Amino acid sequence: MESYDVAIVGAGVTGAAIARRLSAYSLDVALLEKECDVSFGVSKANSGIIHAGFHHSPSSLKARLEVLGNMMYDALQRELHFPFRRCGIVVAAFSIEEMKTVERLYAQGLDNKVIGIELCSRDRILSLEPKLNPDVVGGLHAPSGGIIEPYRFVFSLVESACKNGVTLKREFEVVEAEVSRVRRHRFVLRSRSGDAIRTRWVVNAAGLFADEVSRIVGGEELTIIPRKGEEFLMDRNAKGYPSRVVFPVPSPDSKGMLVIPTVEGTTMIGPTAIEVEDKEDLRTTHENFERVCASARRLVPSVSERDIITSFAGLRPTLAGNDFYIAVSQVQPHLIQVAGIQSPGLTASPAIAEYVKDLLKQDGLPLVERPDFDPAIEEVPRLRELDPEAADRLVQANPDYGEVVCRCETVSEAEVVAAIRRGHTTLDGVKFYTRAGMGRCQGGFCTYKTLKIIEREAKLSLSEITKRGEGSVVLGSTVGDLPVGGAS
Amino acid sequence: MAERSLVCISCPIGCRLGVSEQPPGSITVTGNKCSRGEVYGREEMLAPKRVVTATVLTDSGAVRRLPVKTTAPLPKELIGGLLSALYRMRIALPVRCGQVILHDVAGSGIDLVATRSAE
Amino acid sequence: MKKRSYDTIVIGGGSAGLAAAAEIAGRGYRVAVLERELGLGGILNQCIHNGFGLHYFKEELTGPEYAERMIDKSSRFPGIDFYLDSAVLDVKGLIGGEARSGAENDGKPQPDGGLVVYGISKREGITEFTAASIVLAMGCRERNRGNIGIPGTRPAGVFTAGLAQRLVNVDGYIPGKEVVIVGSGDIGLIMARRMTWVGARVHGVVEIQPYPSGLTRNIAQCLNDFSIPLYLSHVVSEIHGRRRVEGVTITPIEDHHEQPGKSFRLDCDTLLLSVGLVPDNELSRRLGVVLNPETGGPYVDASLMTSVPGVFACGNVLHVHDLVDWVTEESSRCGSNVCDFLAGEATPWQGAVAAGANVKYVLPNRYTPSRKNVFYLRTLVVKNGALLRASLSGRTLLERRLAHVQPSEMVTFTLGPDAFAGGHGAAAKGGLADGRLEVSVE
Repeated sequence: MESYDVAIVGAGVTGAAIARRLSAYSLDVALLEKECDVSFGVSKANSGIIHAGFHHSPSSLKARLEVLGNMMYDALQRELHFPFRRCGIVVAAFSIEEMKTVERLYAQGLDNKVIGIELCSRDRILSLEPKLNPDVVGGLHAPSGGIIEPYRFVFSLVESACKNGVTLKREFEVVEAEVSRVRRHRFVLRSRSGDAIRTRWVVNAAGLFADEVSRIVGGEELTIIPRKGEEFLMDRNAKGYPSRVVFPVPSPDSKGMLVIPTVEGTTMIGPTAIEVEDKEDLRTTHENFERVCASARRLVPSVSERDIITSFAGLRPTLAGNDFYIAVSQVQPHLIQVAGIQSPGLTASPAIAEYVKDLLKQDGLPLVERPDFDPAIEEVPRLRELDPEAADRLVQANPDYGEVVCRCETVSEAEVVAAIRRGHTTLDGVKFYTRAGMGRCQGGFCTYKTLKIIEREAKLSLSEITKRGEGSVVLGSTVGDLPVGGAS
Repeated sequence: MAERSLVCISCPIGCRLGVSEQPPGSITVTGNKCSRGEVYGREEMLAPKRVVTATVLTDSGAVRRLPVKTTAPLPKELIGGLLSALYRMRIALPVRCGQVILHDVAGSGIDLVATRSAE
Repeated sequence: MKKRSYDTIVIGGGSAGLAAAAEIAGRGYRVAVLERELGLGGILNQCIHNGFGLHYFKEELTGPEYAERMIDKSSRFPGIDFYLDSAVLDVKGLIGGEARSGAENDGKPQPDGGLVVYGISKREGITEFTAASIVLAMGCRERNRGNIGIPGTRPAGVFTAGLAQRLVNVDGYIPGKEVVIVGSGDIGLIMARRMTWVGARVHGVVEIQPYPSGLTRNIAQCLNDFSIPLYLSHVVSEIHGRRRVEGVTITPIEDHHEQPGKSFRLDCDTLLLSVGLVPDNELSRRLGVVLNPETGGPYVDASLMTSVPGVFACGNVLHVHDLVDWVTEESSRCGSNVCDFLAGEATPWQGAVAAGANVKYVLPNRYTPSRKNVFYLRTLVVKNGALLRASLSGRTLLERRLAHVQPSEMVTFTLGPDAFAGGHGAAAKGGLADGRLEVSVE
């Protein structure tokens, strides 16, 4: 049985960031993910916002880690090459009442040491964001806020972690654990498929299932309540694309429904926030679309229903108390709990990783730096970002760049191959790594090409390729497999 | 005797036909705009037929499936058997558009031909 | 980077592009056809059923047969260079001699000629094509689940009908065994038969309107032949299934409202969407071509030239057609007009064309009284015995009784110089008095 110093349960943004941080040390680290690919749980449906840090009280762990995390993205982008832009955040107020809340946020931002935050008059906020509803009376501007492609971020964190020796185990769902008080490797973690590993420490970063994992490994009793958020994506030619992320004034339990200029050039509106019972309830509805559109148009009037290209839902893992729960377990030795990581989890993730590393060190994990740690990963050129001369040079060097697979998003075969070689062998995995299938036609023209490339590169038969893992096979059979009756 | 109502499929207009066995022993067709409709109405009552189009596996990687069609409408009861036979076949390329792939399908006197050239 | 110069670049090697290219090369000009697939023919290659060519060839052909005839016809011209497996990376127009990229155009038309198309292929890398004229013939794409927003989960097993058609007919893969089809347009109906003929079971076709939008002939031979139920005035209100489709909820519509209390479930593992086609004008937009929201395609004058001088459009990229025969007619005519443009012929006077009562759109958007004009239009209504009327300044130029009209069946008519000169006997009946040709259906 394989033995590790640390096993991180969950390869979403939190687990991935922790894995990468630990990969700088001479440790045997396992990153365990129950789905067939990383970032397929909570992190699959994320707004992609790097928050500035004025939404949460200074006494909260959320606020501290959010502001620290925010500052780490420039260096991370240089090393990991994910799409990221500090476009800035505005909060728009439409009444004197709302302005009072904005002033409170501003003060909170100052307390949290947010750099560059400013209160805005109507003229100032309209000059910062000309697409705002002219009824706006004022607001707040945080230039340190930004936008990111979340799954590319998680993929790059995992790639970097694995490059530096972390072992990624996909389709490893922890269903059972044995805890020994005498063995050096205290835990044996068993997966649903019968795999098992030994480990000295467990980091519970299991998102929606952090309560179940905690129970399995003998940790605190936690209750994770899923809170669903639906988001709607608008065409990249849509007029309602703002230059900054636009927030309304928040309510007591929600940051509100936003208008987000994604880093890829599309506009996203949402998310909603509704508690649900089922941890796999990702259904979207019509009523919410109307609500979200109305809310978005109140902020940016040029958002139009006709521009919608798709919608999706995600589930936030909420924990009672509304703060991150990141602590050494009080009931199970060598267990670090990292639960309740909802917004601003993405923003805070690099700081969460630092914090967890410190907790592990305090708890007795020896940290010896690896001399051969390399923080950077290979940058894969993206055809759509190149001018014709640069594209030409690229195709001469690698002809697979000359084969356009997804014309809506201008994705080449070389990028699809790069995704597959990094372990993304499902349609969704390829989609999140390359953007193929995310554009106007939503895979209408590229799906058959992508399937063929996955078949060739991953050596999977066409009846084995899935959309996102077990049970989601895309094609049924080959013509001739099914018996044919006559016409009636 | 009840009149049967059908849509003629001989051309895209799709005339609504009334077909009955009046007077007894013969078939009367009404509602057709041309003579093809009369033929269709009669055949549909006595011996319905359809043109069949399908694809057949080839030995090529580039043109994986060859599209084919029957040269005339085939009696309905033979369609299932034809498709099943086609799905067991493998065609060697090159093939010319119009080339006979299956001659005299099930003794019907109707051929199956390729509808594209491929090599 | 390779640089090539032509008289015309045709973007798209399907039925529209081939017809235009043949016409232009036939008159001695040099044409480049850029096609992103490995072979020519476009969407016809996957339409292996028959029903094509009844007008143009006076025969009933399958899609591939029609395509092969068009390919053979254009291949005869030495002046056409076909660039296969070649996509278009970007397009540029020149203003005052300085190249402006698509992003900088911001929709403004360019006064000068000099058009640039960047082709990309594995073999050649990037090629910079320059030409005095471009023919946009990119066809259309399908509306998908995201556009119509069917609520529910997002499992595997949801396909647009065209993608399913491609997978079955070209690649030989069956998308699923138990199928429900959304949309009773011809693509949906054809796929109902195709799926049955490959051994799948089609449980129903769901149509939001109270009438089917495909040909009645197809209702007969694709649905009735296999006893496949057609649910008119129904919608798919939810998709079920975590990883793979497990079923759909179907809800009837009464008095324009969904009746959730009368919903029922159809178990299935595959949903095929045949919910509309959208002209694919992304490149047109980047060239600065002004688009018409009624058609989804460019505004064009009587010669099918867009708002950008030298850029023409024909086929499904201009407006979605029902019959490929008319695509060929329109595109050949377009090619002929491109030749006039290349020859530097003076443009005759053109008046505006307006969509009148019950007409969704008419194309082209201009008429030339001194020439033959072929018009295409779609109605907003379903009606038997409707009257098609074209009138100019209150004077009726054409009146024709149409047996049956519906939005999914395109109508065509012609007006030549004699119609404009003489006028029609019928008395003036209101209408526009400003030189605009008004086309209405009553």
